Amino acid sequence: MKDIKIKVNDLSLYYGDKKALNEITMDIPANKVTALIGPSGCGKSTFLRCINRMNDLIPSVSITGKMLVEGVDIYDKNVDVVNIRKKIGMVFQKSNPFPKSIYENIAYGPRINGMKDKTELDEIVETSLRQAAIWDELKDRLDDSALGLSGGQQQRLCIARTLAVSPDIILMDEPASALDPISTSKIEELVHQLKEQYTIIIVTHNMQQAARTSDHTAFFYMGNLIEMGKTNSIFTKPVQKQTEDYITGRFG
Amino acid sequence: MDKVLNESEGHFFSSRKSTSDIKGKIFVGLTQLAVILIISILFIILAVIVYQGRSKFSWEFISSFPTNGMTEGGIFPALIGTFILVIVMSIAAVPFGTITALYLTEYASENSKFAAAVRFSVRTLAVVPSIIFGLFGLGFFIQFLGAGADTAFNGGELRWGQPNILWASLTMALLTLPVIIVSVEEALKTIPRELREASLALGATKWQTIKKVVLPGSVSGIMTGTILAVSRGAGEVAPILFTGAAYYLATLPGSLSDQFMNLGYHVYIMSTQSSDVEKTMPIQFATTLVLLILTLSLNVVAVIIRSRIRRKAK
Repeated sequence: MKDIKIKVNDLSLYYGDKKALNEITMDIPANKVTALIGPSGCGKSTFLRCINRMNDLIPSVSITGKMLVEGVDIYDKNVDVVNIRKKIGMVFQKSNPFPKSIYENIAYGPRINGMKDKTELDEIVETSLRQAAIWDELKDRLDDSALGLSGGQQQRLCIARTLAVSPDIILMDEPASALDPISTSKIEELVHQLKEQYTIIIVTHNMQQAARTSDHTAFFYMGNLIEMGKTNSIFTKPVQKQTEDYITGRFG
Repeated sequence: MDKVLNESEGHFFSSRKSTSDIKGKIFVGLTQLAVILIISILFIILAVIVYQGRSKFSWEFISSFPTNGMTEGGIFPALIGTFILVIVMSIAAVPFGTITALYLTEYASENSKFAAAVRFSVRTLAVVPSIIFGLFGLGFFIQFLGAGADTAFNGGELRWGQPNILWASLTMALLTLPVIIVSVEEALKTIPRELREASLALGATKWQTIKKVVLPGSVSGIMTGTILAVSRGAGEVAPILFTGAAYYLATLPGSLSDQFMNLGYHVYIMSTQSSDVEKTMPIQFATTLVLLILTLSLNVVAVIIRSRIRRKAK
């Protein structure tokens, strides 16, 4: 129980009347990488966005069931969504740096938390960029606009920006889908290093990526969680026929 | 197949093509005529104003007071009065308009009835004749607020219950509010959803996101709105007719409760109330020229900023 970070219980999500997630129940282990796979529209991204309550932004969405993060139901009325999002960071499919300098991008999160001290901020910027393995590339151009970076650099900058708020959990929504193979492998390497300290949940379209980066894999299909288990066993001996069909490329 | 190649059909086909060709050419000709007409109207107006006003137009004209019963001298107080008017107006209208636009784009839910009512009101406000604003300003600001304030705080002594810069500026602010709201709304909408999400996902509140991501990205839109509003406010006369514009003042206004002179109003009185309309003709045209240069250059700046925003949005 101690190494379960997130416990999902009968979680369903509706867009208006349409049920998009159907009674999802799963345990997500701490300090591991959990991959969410499945064909387009299966609900894996929607599910990911439930974990930091990003779906709150869509007015027609309603959610039933429980999402317990370290035992606390994050959909409880007394829970402040802002604190949830500080604890659960998110990296998006399309890199989305602010149109500010590299430094200001990283400092954004600490600043909104009220950090003003310049040396403290400097320190956070450096550690975050180091953690995201991009410090050496960027240290001499911290005042340059983040928009001038390459796609891969931008995405690692966004990861660093997420780390700067020191979350426990990092959600990644197809973080490498728009990147070239070299940038992709850098991101995957990064994911591998980060799981020492963080619980990572990654949505991916790419089977090999799921197999390479994750410890556990959950297969979603049409709003249902079909199967979840150790990545090894999901990819070598899946229990469900649908899972096998999907990972062997028979559909999707 | 044979029929298509048949000679008579071929003729029929080509003759129809030529009629539509003629019709097309006529239409193109008409559109060109319309364009030429519009450009020449604009050109004639500009030419007449420049030609008639050029003798008077000088630095001295801009920087000196009217003299000799306003038949000679310059327009300095009217220029300053116009500046003060648009500045006070902007101070009132820009924050108010920006906040309204923020509500409409950021806070109101898509099917909010209240937001729909606000949008409808803004649109209606934009088409209300400007003289109505003048009458409203007289009734609401001067006779209700101003006179009320005098009774409450001034022991009934007349200070705010009469036309002045403040009431004229606020009346003008109401008139230009739709311009600002629409421009700011347009700018807010160009901020991509991804950036808002990035901020929220870092644990920023909605207000922090607006303050640190949305508003900084919309600064040029707010500027465009302000400039367009200023250029509109500088040119309108009807709203200030009853609310603060003065025929002639020997000194510049020293407080918000003073009346002021105004370029547009100056043109109006010069052409209708002057003791010697013939003699003041060059003054009228030169004043119009100043007003025109002022509003045209403001509009050009606004257009440039706006096109930059549009390019950025793409």
